[in-house]
Formats: sequence, C-alpha cells, structure tokens
Amino acid sequence: MKRDPMPSGVDWAIVDDREQGIFRVNRRVFTDGDVFEQERRQIFEKCWLYAAHVSELAASGAFISRVVGGLPLILNRDKAGKLHAFFNSCPHRGAMVCREPQGRARNFTCPYHGWVFSDEGRAIHRPLPESYSPACTQDESLHLRPVPRFEVFHGFIFVNYTATGESLADYLAGAGDYLKMIAEQDEDSMVIVGGAQTYSARANWKLLQENSADGYHADTTHSTYFEYIKNREGTVKNSFGKGFGRVRNLGNGHAVSESTNAAPWGRPLARPMESFSQDVKDAMEAARLQVVARLGEERGNFICHSDRNLLIFPNLVVNDIMGLTVRTYCPVSPGYFEVNAWALAPKNETPLLRELRLKNYLEFLGPAGFATPDDQEMLELCQRAYATARFVEWNDLSRGMLTENEPAPAKQDELQMRTFWRRWKALMSAEERVLA
Amino acid sequence: MSVPSRAEVEDFLFHEAALLDEWKVQEWAALFTDDGEYMIPSTDDPHADPKTTLFLVFDDRHRLAVRGKRLMSKAAHAEFPHSRTVHSYANVRVAEGEGGETIARCTFSTVRSKGPVTETYPGHAMFRLQRIDGALRIRLKRCELALEVLRPHGKVSIIL
Repeated sequence: MKRDPMPSGVDWAIVDDREQGIFRVNRRVFTDGDVFEQERRQIFEKCWLYAAHVSELAASGAFISRVVGGLPLILNRDKAGKLHAFFNSCPHRGAMVCREPQGRARNFTCPYHGWVFSDEGRAIHRPLPESYSPACTQDESLHLRPVPRFEVFHGFIFVNYTATGESLADYLAGAGDYLKMIAEQDEDSMVIVGGAQTYSARANWKLLQENSADGYHADTTHSTYFEYIKNREGTVKNSFGKGFGRVRNLGNGHAVSESTNAAPWGRPLARPMESFSQDVKDAMEAARLQVVARLGEERGNFICHSDRNLLIFPNLVVNDIMGLTVRTYCPVSPGYFEVNAWALAPKNETPLLRELRLKNYLEFLGPAGFATPDDQEMLELCQRAYATARFVEWNDLSRGMLTENEPAPAKQDELQMRTFWRRWKALMSAEERVLA
Repeated sequence: MSVPSRAEVEDFLFHEAALLDEWKVQEWAALFTDDGEYMIPSTDDPHADPKTTLFLVFDDRHRLAVRGKRLMSKAAHAEFPHSRTVHSYANVRVAEGEGGETIARCTFSTVRSKGPVTETYPGHAMFRLQRIDGALRIRLKRCELALEVLRPHGKVSIIL
C-alpha cells in the first residue's frame, strides 16, 4: 500500500500562531518513518548528546560501552588519565569490540579476528600481520574511530557526531548554569550511584521530553502519588491544582520548570518531611548549611529548596525533585524508545542521607515507582491512539501562550513544550549539512 | 521452633502467588511482618544493597501496603484495567536462617498480559520467613530479575 507523501520540510508539522495564542503539533511527527530518519540526521547527529558522567570513569582504565543517540560507543579513561570516546565498531570488519557494559581494561580485543586496540584506540596488534600491505598498516582509519567531538561540562560528558559547530557551553546556553547548580551540590563532585534503570516505552521519544516537565498532568496522572504523600505526612500542601512556580526558556530548545518550597514532597537536599526521623532532619540541615556556607544564602538556598525539571534538547532530563535523576533516551523506531536513568548524588553525602535519597527517589521515580509507570502508560496510550492521526490530526499545546513572555509563565502551562518544538522545527527545517 | 518443611513453604508461596494473581494485593501486604520489606534490585546489579545502590523497588512495610492499595485504584493508570498475571515459583530450596527465620530461595517467572502486550519477568527470589502465632509471615521478599535490561517490558507496574 502506498503511503500518502508528506509535504517537503516540516511546515506541515507545527502551527505556531502567537497572535491568536494557538500552538498545534501534527500527530504524524510521532508515527512517520521519514520524520524519524530526518531526526536521526538533523537532530541526533547535530546536537550535543549526554553520554555519561565523569564519576562513572573515575578509575584509571575505566570504560563504559553504551548506546548514545542510537550509536554504540566506548567511553574510557586511559592510563595517562585522559578521557576518550570511540565508536564501538572494529575498523576491520565492524564487529562491536567491547561487549561488557562497564569495567576496567588496558586494551580492547575485537572478538571476531582478534585485533587489539590500546586504551588510546590505537590498533596495537593484528594477528598474522605479514599479509598486510604497508599502505594498510599505516592507514590511520584502521584504528578505533573517535567520535567527532566530546566535551565535559561540570562532570557531564556530552558527545557530538558533527565535527564542527558551537561548543558545548554555547550549546547549553541558559541550561549551563542549571547543570552547574547540580554539580555544586557537593563541595567536591557529584557521583552516579550504582544501579541503572534501563527501560523503554512503546511510544515516540518526543512524548517523554514533553512529559518530563509537564506540570499540567501531575494532578490527574499522579493523584495516587499525592494521596500517598498526604496519608503519610498528614495534611500537606499540594499546589499542583493551582498555578505555582515558573518555566524559563533557557535557549536552544532547553527549558526549566521550577518552584521553591511549593511541591509536596521531601528533597534529599534539603527539604525534610514530617515523617523523616530526627537524625535525617538534622543531617539534612547540616548538609544545607554546608551548601549555603560555600555558595552564599541566595544561591545555596535556591539549590536546596527549589525543585527543578531541567530539559536539555533533545533528550536529556535532569529532575532535581524528590530524587535527583539523570535521564536520557533515544528512539529505536517511531513508536519505541529506550531510556537510561541514574541517580546522581553528592559524593560526600553521609550514608544516612544516601539511603534516604535512594528510598525517596523510588516513591515517585523509576519504572517501578508510584508515578513513572503511569507516565509511560499515558505515553503509550497516546502512541496507540495516534493510529487515528489522519482523522484526529493535531495535539494542542496552547496553554498560557498569550502570557508566555511574562516574567513567570506557570509550570502548568506549556511553554516548556513549545520551546522544545520550536527548536525541533528549526533543526528539522535547516538545510542538510554534509558531515565532515 | 520447628523449621518448616519445603512442602509447607511451597504451600505458603503458592498461596502468596495466588493472592497476587487474584489481585488481592492488600491481603498480600498483610502476609508481611510489621518490619517486612519488599525489594527489586536494578537489573545491572542484582546482588546490591538498597542502602547504597539504586533499586527498582525498595519498600518498607508502610510503602508495600500502599503499593498494594494504590494498585486497586482506577487512577493507578498503568494497571487499569488490571493486567492478567501468572505468578509461578519453582526450584524451591529451604534453609534455616538466623533467629528462627527460614530462608526460602526459588526461581520466579511472572507473566503479565495487558492490552496488546504479553511479557515475562523471570528471576531468582529470596524470602526471609518467620513463624508468628503458628503462621508463616514474610520479613523480606527480594526479587532479582534475570533480565539484563527492563526492555521491552519498560516497567514493573505489578507486584512480582
């Protein structure tokens, strides 16, 4: 059966009428195979993508093999202490060289024909070398191929599959200071806690970026979570039904939804709940005072008392709420994506607070929390129902559009999604650049 | 105190499994001792300690009871309408634990079917059981998934 041809460009995909206050997204962006291919080339091969945190590569010789933006990579620290990022594919015949998710190694041996690569990616041994011509032996392309660019920003490692373009700091724009505020939660550094939540959803990846800072859905999708908190703590404020907090457009498609001491949950750094033990409350206060002593009252308390859902285009979410999570995701097909999520924590946190942090995280977050499975259900219900997209064509994201340039657009409005979509449209409309 | 036989432990585990399949999840929670815990480690580190490692589930007695109660709400969206499940235990081994506890180890295989999708959660379970007023109760249920990643399942919205 022939598909309807899509009009060229992506003008068909988005209605952005700022005068009338109407913002619509055509549902075929979630189901169309051509859109998916175009996203791979014009978004995932052009944008800075979060790959790992330096704490995962702290030891000399540490390595991680991981899929980033759909491509298998090896990230490692060589014996001289230098970080590298390589495509995880043998330059000889293509097999995945590294098959373990993490570990420590001085070199990597391809399991297919036994080529051995140093921790700097050099091919240091090719079995039966005498049959290779000098041209082959000297060919610089026959070593592990480094990814075109990678950079570290306050402990967060990003890669970029295009050799030229803006630096990571420029790309992050206003989101950079928010990542810095995450890094500043410890005097020394932050660490990824062991235990990765590696899951998936049968939905389009963009639906998770929309969902991750959506203040409007909280009251309905997560009512059972708020009931749990209310029953555990006695009466607590739940401001989600009313407007509170704000959204900020951070530039380049990034946005943050934030509020200060308005959300009804506890924060490991540092908002104790009534039900927490006195020991925990005391430890939290001590941790907060340390942050304030280092960073001053204003910034220190903002970090400790504010909840934030940080969206970094295209596929990174840092939620600093009842837990601190780094979550990234990548499409496998228009209707299926994979998620990697980790808990991030201050390196010098006391064992008591670390335990509280991990337990508090799970009351809401993760694929068996009291909220995330219900979010996934919503995403999957959307995806299944987009079978009707030829008849029910548009998603509406107009909430708060006429007030989005005021100082504090509400987090129950939809500026954060519009920020994403405007950037998406700009990148999808850009002329194809040839990869260097 | 007498160590329960494997047959008695199996009867108890099969009863527990039946409660879950019948969605009597609050009765399930009542099988736990007052200090009972229910936990599922992350798939990449099945032997980890929940105090230092991020898990999928780390419930104390209060939270596991809420987990059961929550699942009976229409607003527990991932499980409305309820999925159909088959909880199975096999390879049961019973050993004496400390302080009169019984340690039961077994394999589990939980099948969940909902909407267009049917998936299996396989793994190794460990129970710490205690006899209270003649009846076995659960101090710990720990389900270590034998899945490398939670894909394509995506979630654990049921009780394993």
